[in-house]
Amino acid sequence: MEFTPSLLALQLVTGIALGAIYALLAIGLSLIFGMLTVVNFAHGAFFMVGAFVGVYFLGVTGNFWFSLVLTPLVVGAIGLVTERFLVRPLYGRGIDYPLLLTFGLGWVLIEAMRVLFGIEGVPSSTPAALRGSVDLGFGYFPKYRLFLIFATALVVLGLWLFLEKTRYGLIVRAGSRDGEICKVLGVDVARVWLMVFGIGTAIAGLSGVLAAPTRAVNPEMGIPVLAESFVVTVVGGMGSLPGAVVAGLLVGVVFAMTSLFAPAYAELSIFVLMAVVLLVRPQGFFGKAGLLG
Amino acid sequence: MRAVYEAIRRHRVAAVLALLLVFPLLMPYHALAINILIFGLFAVGFNLLFGYTGLLSFGHAAFLGVGSYLTGIAMVHGGWSWWWALALGVASAALAGLVIGYLAIRTRGIYFSMVTLALAQIVYYVFYKAERWTGGENGLRGIQVPAVEVMGLRLDFLDPVTKYYVIFVFVAAALWFVSRLLASPFGAVIEAVRENEKRAAACGYDVARTKLLVFVVSAALCGLAGALRALHLSVVPIDSLHYLQSGQAVMMCLLGGMGTFFGPFVGAAVFLTLEDVVTTVTKHWMAVVGGVFMFFVLFFPAGIWGTFIKRMERAVRA
Repeated sequence: MEFTPSLLALQLVTGIALGAIYALLAIGLSLIFGMLTVVNFAHGAFFMVGAFVGVYFLGVTGNFWFSLVLTPLVVGAIGLVTERFLVRPLYGRGIDYPLLLTFGLGWVLIEAMRVLFGIEGVPSSTPAALRGSVDLGFGYFPKYRLFLIFATALVVLGLWLFLEKTRYGLIVRAGSRDGEICKVLGVDVARVWLMVFGIGTAIAGLSGVLAAPTRAVNPEMGIPVLAESFVVTVVGGMGSLPGAVVAGLLVGVVFAMTSLFAPAYAELSIFVLMAVVLLVRPQGFFGKAGLLG
Repeated sequence: MRAVYEAIRRHRVAAVLALLLVFPLLMPYHALAINILIFGLFAVGFNLLFGYTGLLSFGHAAFLGVGSYLTGIAMVHGGWSWWWALALGVASAALAGLVIGYLAIRTRGIYFSMVTLALAQIVYYVFYKAERWTGGENGLRGIQVPAVEVMGLRLDFLDPVTKYYVIFVFVAAALWFVSRLLASPFGAVIEAVRENEKRAAACGYDVARTKLLVFVVSAALCGLAGALRALHLSVVPIDSLHYLQSGQAVMMCLLGGMGTFFGPFVGAAVFLTLEDVVTTVTKHWMAVVGGVFMFFVLFFPAGIWGTFIKRMERAVRA
């Protein structure tokens, strides 16, 4: 195979499309961590639930846009229940406990999907409006993957506006700096945390429904995704949203390029990238040194 | 009751060994007993790091797997005898622990869990891809343990009871070692690191080196568990390297009681028995075990044995 510039460019766009999903996953993880200092080990499971729910809604309503809006709401609702009844009792008991709990929750969610949809998974297809490919000037590229990049950009922009320009966003940012002071100033921090956990899981669900047409939808699909989103978060810096976006795209591109030049090492490459980042800059690209004490 | 408890506390290794010695007689079948023995050791190795040093690793499957695979590879491809293969398995796991530990201890808290998980996945993919040596997705097959004669005693691994007691000897040695380690000044230092890292450093202990050393010892113990498992199963499934396997160590440790000597064995026994019983009723055993685990995290974070110890301590003091 000859590596022409246009082939490289196409692979670069493929990588960015893949990285868009990684970025979304890492944003959800980082948002929850930055605010609650909880690492959600069920994040991959929420992603997987999002894919299932998305395919289900697509089948029932026949409308992709409908399922795109509805799925994050459903997954976010599960997130709300999780925070309120399972994670909240664990605050103040050490950072390991929410992590352990969400790990157990991941198992339960996987089995729940097996019970509801069967162990084989469900078939997923690209919505009719986004089939086919478009000419990018250096080659044809699937329309749906371009849509992935666009949708991610929209979510990132929306989240940024929410966090930077709204009153509620201000409270969230203040709360992640110092929850104690927020409480003193009369902010109901518990409600903000609840909301942030809901938004984080909703974004995980959204990335699931977005990724569904590009991969096999089965109960185990979230298992490797969890490890991959950890890689992105470590590379980008825990709790940093710009870090999540930059690292997500970088990891996607590294994966795509390695699968072009050395397909056997594609899965390995992103973990090696993380090991290198750890050696050179343990807190990640955008992470503050000593964030975790 | 109080006297019994005191006796157990004083002679913890003897107490564990006495129980494990009669254990096969108590279990419905020997395969489960052997599994509990091996995973108990795996959880003990993990507990050294999690329970005693306070470092939550999510990558200990790497050491179980490396121990298993290197033992298996030495026997299948190298034709080594099983005790040399076992030694190689343990040494390789310790080496893997040194490399992963060196990278991971640069991070703290929650980062540490994520980084160990991700680094262990590197090991998973390496063994997954090295199909020529490891059998890839199908796992490594064909590990045969020939019968040996030790001091006129014929040890045949095909007999499950013999196999149990051979593995028991190794587990016993490992437990004695862990108990000595915990009773030594070094054991006090690792608990000091768990309680307050800064203060331990201020007292002049090299925290980073202590952590790395515990990490390597813990990896070697898990490697021993892996090596014994390879001999037991005569295959090495690729899943033994996956992070879900690491999660099992975490679950067993917490169910039994982290930071207690006997807890990991209780946890392994409960976990594996639960799995065994639930799978006869429903194939969705993960939901049940996951649910039980969440229940313990929420309401009994000290675990079964840990809660028992707390009660007894209170009774002793009263």
